[in-house]
Amino acid sequence: MASTSEVEERADVVIVGAGHAGVQLVSALAKKQFAGSVVMIEAEEGYPYERPPLSKGYFSGEQQLGDILFRSPDYWGNSPARLMTGETVIRVNADEHLVETATGRKLRYESLIWAAGGNARSLPLPGADLAGVYYIRTLADADALKLRAEKSARAVIIGGGYIGLESAAALRKAGLAVTIFEAADRLLARVTSGPVSEFFRKLHVERGVEFRFGQSVAAIIGEGAHGVTGVRLASDEILPADLVIIGVGLLPNVDVLAAAGCATGNGIVVDEVHRTSLPDIYAIGDCASFASAGGYHRLESVPNATEHAQILAGVLMGEQPRQRAVPWFWSDQYDVKLKTVGLLSGHDAVVVRGNPDSGAFSVAYLRDGRLIALDAINATADFAQARLLIESGAPVDYERLVNPTIKLKDCTTPRVAA
Amino acid sequence: MYRINIIDARGTLHELEGADGQNIMAVAVDHDVPGIVGECGGDMSCGTCHVHIEDTWQQAAGQPDADETDMLEVVDNLQPNSRLCCQIRMSSSLDGITLKVAGTE
Repeated sequence: MASTSEVEERADVVIVGAGHAGVQLVSALAKKQFAGSVVMIEAEEGYPYERPPLSKGYFSGEQQLGDILFRSPDYWGNSPARLMTGETVIRVNADEHLVETATGRKLRYESLIWAAGGNARSLPLPGADLAGVYYIRTLADADALKLRAEKSARAVIIGGGYIGLESAAALRKAGLAVTIFEAADRLLARVTSGPVSEFFRKLHVERGVEFRFGQSVAAIIGEGAHGVTGVRLASDEILPADLVIIGVGLLPNVDVLAAAGCATGNGIVVDEVHRTSLPDIYAIGDCASFASAGGYHRLESVPNATEHAQILAGVLMGEQPRQRAVPWFWSDQYDVKLKTVGLLSGHDAVVVRGNPDSGAFSVAYLRDGRLIALDAINATADFAQARLLIESGAPVDYERLVNPTIKLKDCTTPRVAA
Repeated sequence: MYRINIIDARGTLHELEGADGQNIMAVAVDHDVPGIVGECGGDMSCGTCHVHIEDTWQQAAGQPDADETDMLEVVDNLQPNSRLCCQIRMSSSLDGITLKVAGTE
């Protein structure tokens, strides 16, 4: 009988993680008719599913599981790519080109793609492990949360980021009282400007959400099978609650690769074509700290994951690397659609186009007279045109930019003929 | 189930089937039709499901609404028969619809 160390499978491409980056990579390779063998290893059970709906349509019940699967079961049945679910990769041997799972399976790879995303960052609060306290990262989280919400009247959300705000919208729709704790003095402080923070604060307040800015929860209280009954603040004030959601960020999944000797910083460090510091190992998606324009970024978004997958598919096919697309993002809260394009860090001017009180406006971020990012609230035309403007790097005319009746694409400074 | 015929950029015909109410982008990505990415999952936010509807099917497929028109304004290869196919849901009146992939990957 062969010893377990000799029992191994092999594949040309082994992808760890069946999230947005992993699945898009499988698709992109299939579309390019990649001739090699592909195996995708996923820790969760069940068919791969999309994450954004977990805090939106799936949470609110507008979508069922079948609506949020990436692909139908038939797709996986017909695909030459092999899907291995319920398997957690616990070790990578870079020299031997081996991955090992918790159940003892070993696979030898030509190329290893780390698309393992991350886990919700936990809060070391007393009571954080009580029943009724949730993070929202996985399908299991969303299912448990929905069940609890049906029997709850009051929810506390810790964290005023997109997850917190989207959850608040879903819970308000379901009729629960909602209080959001945000440590900063405004919402989305690290990703947007004052006008947009204020718009969302008002939007939620109008729908009955209570905000506590600059206050934090000191402990979650409750006990036994019922779990959460409230939260206690540093001031000793107690707020009753039947349900607590914690949304304070993501911890990228780096431990296994770090143990294998991979360079990690804020995530798995990769170059412009997603190569890590270890031979034949790449990283894409939420976990990847990628080189771009002289710096490194780690973005937690679906468009980012898809873009990485498209770039890497080209690399694995031996094609000329494609130019990185401008990052973008979307968030749906109540009937408001926020679409954001570009990254605003380093901006030196902010221009509001339109009136926030009208419910449709955009905020442009400039650097050296060029558009580098834009937040569009119910402003599809500005969003669509901003992507092109940011890509082209054309100088924009401030006077025209400030006038929302002038199309964004018509706001470039006319070039003077030589 | 209704029939959907998608011709990709290389001229390959993909003969697919979609359920009543299912959007065409979802069917296309389920069969890895080249040129249809559906990055935003059908939220009409990415423009990566851009198609050209064949003339005889234009009326049945209908016209894009204001938001879709805004998104279409900035796609490559925009034509009067352009649509974002995540916005077209299959029904008996679209059985046999034929369209061409407009985007490249």
